[in-house]
Amino acid sequence: MSQTAWVATRKGLFELSRASGQWEVANVSFLAEPVSQVLPPDASGHMLAALNLGHFGVKVHASKDFGKTWSEVATPAYPAQPEGAEGPAWKLVQIWSMERDGDGTIWAGTNPGGLFSSTDGGVSWQLNENLWHRKERLGWFGGGYDSPGIHSICPHPEKANEMLLGISCGGAWRTTDGGAAWHLRATGMRADFMPPEQAGEENTQDPHLIARCPGEPDVLWTQHHCGIWRSADNGVSWQECKGDFTTFGFAVAAHPKDGKTAWFAPAIKDEKRVPVDAALCVTRTRDGGKTFEVLRAGLPQKNAYDLIYRHGLAVDATGEHLLMGSTTGNLWASGDAGDSWQSVAPNLPPIYAVKF
Amino acid sequence: MARIVFTPQLRRFVEAPEVETPALQLRAGLEDAFASNPRLRAYVLDDQGHLRPNVVIFVDGKRLREYQRLDEALAPDTVVHVLQALSGG
Repeated sequence: MSQTAWVATRKGLFELSRASGQWEVANVSFLAEPVSQVLPPDASGHMLAALNLGHFGVKVHASKDFGKTWSEVATPAYPAQPEGAEGPAWKLVQIWSMERDGDGTIWAGTNPGGLFSSTDGGVSWQLNENLWHRKERLGWFGGGYDSPGIHSICPHPEKANEMLLGISCGGAWRTTDGGAAWHLRATGMRADFMPPEQAGEENTQDPHLIARCPGEPDVLWTQHHCGIWRSADNGVSWQECKGDFTTFGFAVAAHPKDGKTAWFAPAIKDEKRVPVDAALCVTRTRDGGKTFEVLRAGLPQKNAYDLIYRHGLAVDATGEHLLMGSTTGNLWASGDAGDSWQSVAPNLPPIYAVKF
Repeated sequence: MARIVFTPQLRRFVEAPEVETPALQLRAGLEDAFASNPRLRAYVLDDQGHLRPNVVIFVDGKRLREYQRLDEALAPDTVVHVLQALSGG
């Protein structure tokens, strides 16, 4: 069971520790600075934080002691933009996702849609030119931000060199050779926001987040702009999961072992983006998306306007402990797989990401 | 020589001492500052070498409107201020 967790917010990085069954804020780093994403520590204590300074741009900081001390390291940077190049400016806007693969390579997904990798712990970064130069990239567009962004990086735990990306709005992409070649993997998703004849095009889907089940890695879930989809064949095909409750939202957490269980944080689609009836809930499926339970115990059921961003819901390696953080700065924890929730801290800054 | 003065707000992140430069253009003057302090570059300029949108430069009190070329002339008595734009907080 995890004893430490991380909360990236609009005003700093909060470290949580769990003692006597309760999560507490143990430390704050980068107070007052926007922390767009955090990469939790490996066994050696190495971790990264991505800052998005309002005036001075994106910066990456590394820690070698589990977040006690930090120092600035290199920031991913786009190469010189050729004159007349189409698409968004080749300028780093945000680091939206960071993941470590089985070989220890760190991958960073960014707006405006570039994927970067580092094999030296963030000391240097390389743009994945093969994805960046795909002609399909010019068909991507912003979803949540003005420019397209890579928010989901899902390494395959059993297949070195394989990973799947989620892009808003650019569909899902898979590589099986460490990033040399990329192929779309969004068949079955449906984009209601596109002209009807283009609704099924893979390259303009908006998967808000994609999560892989580590124990059954051929199972992938996505909380998509237009509903919930699941793939049981490693992204070759996706099937929509229709529930009785709203299936709009941003976040999804995949059970670490059980490929039929996942959690979601629903909201009213599409323009309102607040909890239904101002009553916050989590939905959970345990049957592969055929049915969804609506879980409310411990969550505010009156005057609640919390929205859960795409990285704002996480489950630990046991599948029993979850954390959920909102745009309103509320943070909740569950120790019983979402059946009930407890407030950890009600007045944090707006929460971008929670990570175990 | 022209003087370049950086906002003290930068000191939270990176050293940014005042710089004197014989450069005759703003970009060359900024390059002089970055030469002795390479980390400072990415706080002031973006990936393409353009002034960051939420940084503002005043040359002898006149706000710079051009963010790409940075070719404003510098004279020996010019004072450049590199400041935070209020838009970026």
